[in-house]
Amino acid sequence: MNGPILPRLLAGPPLGAGTESLADHVARIGRAPVGGPWLVDELDASGLLGRGGAGFPVGRKWRSVAERPAGPAVVVVNGAEGEPGSAKDRALMTLRPHLVLDGAVLAAETIGAEVVHVYVGAEHVAALRTMHAAILERGAGWRVPVFLVAAPRGYVAGEQSAVIHYIEAGDARPTTPYRPWERGVDGAPTLVQNVESLAHVALISRHGAGWFAEAGRAHSPGTALVTLSGAGLRLGVREIELGTPLGEVLDSAGVDRDALRGVLLGGYFGTWARLDDGTAALPLDPVGLRERGLAFGAGVLTLLGRDECGVDATARIMAFLAGESAAQCGPCVFGLRALADATARLAVGRAEPGDLGRIERWAAMVQGRGACAHPDGAVGLLASSFVAFGDEYARHAERGDCSATPGPAMAARPAGAAA
Amino acid sequence: MARLELRVDRIRCDGAGLCAELLPEIVSLDDWGYPIVAPGAVPDVLLDHARRAVEACPVLALRLAEPRRASTARRATASTPATPRPAAVDIRWQPPRGA
Repeated sequence: MNGPILPRLLAGPPLGAGTESLADHVARIGRAPVGGPWLVDELDASGLLGRGGAGFPVGRKWRSVAERPAGPAVVVVNGAEGEPGSAKDRALMTLRPHLVLDGAVLAAETIGAEVVHVYVGAEHVAALRTMHAAILERGAGWRVPVFLVAAPRGYVAGEQSAVIHYIEAGDARPTTPYRPWERGVDGAPTLVQNVESLAHVALISRHGAGWFAEAGRAHSPGTALVTLSGAGLRLGVREIELGTPLGEVLDSAGVDRDALRGVLLGGYFGTWARLDDGTAALPLDPVGLRERGLAFGAGVLTLLGRDECGVDATARIMAFLAGESAAQCGPCVFGLRALADATARLAVGRAEPGDLGRIERWAAMVQGRGACAHPDGAVGLLASSFVAFGDEYARHAERGDCSATPGPAMAARPAGAAA
Repeated sequence: MARLELRVDRIRCDGAGLCAELLPEIVSLDDWGYPIVAPGAVPDVLLDHARRAVEACPVLALRLAEPRRASTARRATASTPATPRPAAVDIRWQPPRGA
C-alpha cells in the first residue's frame, strides 16, 4: 500500500465527523479476511506489541491461547481505560468502533473463541454507547455471542485478572496471579486484549505484516495512539509513528518546550522525565524508552509546566494510587498510603526528619508484594520522580521550599494525602 | 525430595504474624506487620518448622509449594528485555550536602 504512513488507525473521515459507520468502514478499507492460524503467524511477523501498557507481543499472546490442548476459549476486548492521563482507547472506540470489532472478530475466529466480552469503562459514556450501537449494527453478522460489559470505574478495574474476575463474578478486583491464557473466564483460556491492539490487528489482517512494519522502528514497529495533556493543554489524542522523538510531538502540538519542567511518560505507572537538552530527542516507543529507564506504557504524555512542581505532582498521583488500591493486600494498602502521606508532607514543605529515607525503605519494602502489580507500578513512578526531581526533593526536605512555587504559594498548596 | 518454597497468598494474608514468630529464619515482618519471605527454597533443616508455620496460619494464606515453572520461565527470558521492571529498589539518590 502506498501513500503517507500516518494516519492509520485514525484515517478516514475527519475526526470531527464522529463515529464511522459500518458501511463507511467497509467502503473505505473493505471487509476483514477470516481469521485463522495464518493470522498468528502474521502477527508474529508484524512485531505488534500490545498497546494496553505492558507492551507484550500480541502474536505470542494469541498463540498461547490458540494452541491450547482442547476446549472453549474466550476473547475479552479491554476498553476499561482507567488511566487518568489516557483518552486514546475511548477516542478509538468512539470514532472507529469497527476497527476494534474487526479485531475482536478476528481474535475469536483465530483462537476459536465461543464468546466475546467487550469491556468498556462505565465512565466513558460516549464510547460505551458507540460500542453498543456498533455491535448491534453488525446484526446477524456475529457468529459468536457478544456481551457488552460496563466496567466499574477504577484504576485497577482494567488489570487483566480484575477484568476476568468482574466478568465472572461481578468483582473488579485483581485475583492472585494466574495465567488467563491457560485459565481465564470460567476456567477457559482467555485472550484479554486492549482495544488499540485489536484495531492494529484489523489493519494487519488486511495489509500484512510488511505493511505494518513500514512505520515505526525495527524493534517497535507500527504507529501508536498517544494522549497529550497537562500544562494548560487541552487533552488530545494523536497518532504517531513509534520512535518519533518527543520534541517532534510537542512541536506538532504547538507546545512551547521552554514552558515545560517535565513530562510524565506512560501514565501513573510510568516514569517522569525532566525536560532538559536531551529530552526532546527521546524516542517514543516501548523499547527505546525502556533502554533509557523510561516507560511508553499506554502512550500517555502528561506535561508538567515550569510553574508546576514535580514533587507536588508526584504526591498527588501517589495519593490517587493509594486510594485506588483494591484494598486486598496489606503491603499495598498500608505501604502506598504511607508512601503517599510522606510524599505529600514533602510536597507542602512539612517533611518530618527522615522522610526521604523512609520513602526509600518503604518503596523497597512494598515492591513485588501485591497480588497484582499495582504497588510495583506506584513505586516505580515514585522512584522515577526521585531521578527526575532529586534536587527538588532536597530543597523541599531541607528548606521547606520549592523552586516552582516558592514561599506562600507552596504553603497554600492543598496538602493532598497529608490532610 | 523436591525443594519447596514458602508462598504467601497476599490477598488472604491479614498480617497475623504467626509465621514470623514460628519461622524467623525465613519470615520477617514489614512495618505494617505483613510477612516478607526470604527468596529461594526452604532449607531441609527448617522444613518441619515451615510446615508448622503453614498449619498455624489462621487464614490459610501460607503454603509450601514447588518452585513455579512460570517463575523459571520468567527468569529465563529476563535477560532479553521483555518485561520492564520498575526501578523501585533503585532509589539511590541522596540529598546533596549543603544544598
